[in-house]
Amino acid sequence: MSGLEVVTSWYLVLGALLFIIGGTGLLVRRNPLIMLMCVELMLNGVNLSFIAFADRFGDVHGQTVVLFVLVVAAAEVVVGLGLVVAVLRASPRATADDLSALRG
Amino acid sequence: MVEVVVFAVAAAACLVGAIGVVLSRNPVHAALMLVMTLFGIAVLFVAQQAHFIAAVQVIVYAGAIVVLFLFVIMLLGVDRATELSMGALPAQRWTAAAFGLGGAAVLIWLVAAVDRLFKGAKSLALETAGVTDAGAGSDPTDYVADVSALARSLFSDYVYAFELTSLLLIVAVIGTVILARRSGYGADGPRADQPGAGQYSGNASEAASTGTSSEAGQ
Repeated sequence: MSGLEVVTSWYLVLGALLFIIGGTGLLVRRNPLIMLMCVELMLNGVNLSFIAFADRFGDVHGQTVVLFVLVVAAAEVVVGLGLVVAVLRASPRATADDLSALRG
Repeated sequence: MVEVVVFAVAAAACLVGAIGVVLSRNPVHAALMLVMTLFGIAVLFVAQQAHFIAAVQVIVYAGAIVVLFLFVIMLLGVDRATELSMGALPAQRWTAAAFGLGGAAVLIWLVAAVDRLFKGAKSLALETAGVTDAGAGSDPTDYVADVSALARSLFSDYVYAFELTSLLLIVAVIGTVILARRSGYGADGPRADQPGAGQYSGNASEAASTGTSSEAGQ
């Protein structure tokens, strides 16, 4: 084929970059809401890799795994935001350094 | 050629959104940047014949999770630039930089290694399938990734995991309800007060009297 075409490793590199950006943000930021968003970025990078594998090998199981990742991500966000609400209501200026307040 | 353009635009949206999530000071801006990344990923899902997953991605992530983030941000009133100006922990920046650069190098090197492996696996799979002409543009394998194939996989091979998923969702809902209203531990009985009362102070009796006013003043 003449010219440029999209290959699977482009998707894999993009997924790896999203994972790395999310992980770096998780280490750098200390706002718990933004840390949760960075976790979402990491999960989406992994999802992109799963879909790329599914398309590459013609196997639908990769898409099934992505569905499970979506469900687990939804549950994680719900519980995480519940914790963030409980912490930030007590002290609105709290960062991740102050999460020892979870001891109650 | 149009696929390359679609990939380039969607990948640029993903990366700009991801960097925006990490770098924006305002949590509302970070949530909107997250929406941009999620839409870019949904476009890439469509480009890889995962149409149902793309729809679920838009509905669940952009329609539910980001709205939940924005709701929490607005509810708590933390939509201000807070925390990038405070000093970093000792070695926090160095750890993050080492993770970013080292992790990026390792992952991209792994992708390059796996890509060489793919070429052999792909040709092997095509050979055993009896396909000789491996056209680069059109995938000759019978990859029918529609909703019925996905449902067949989900409800046959992964049915136990699916049931565990429902259990996980129930546990998450119950845990969130318990976290959201911890007001029942006071002396007034478990359900004597309003939802949300008693969250702003540790004293239960004071919360029972001033809970409504502090909630209105929030």
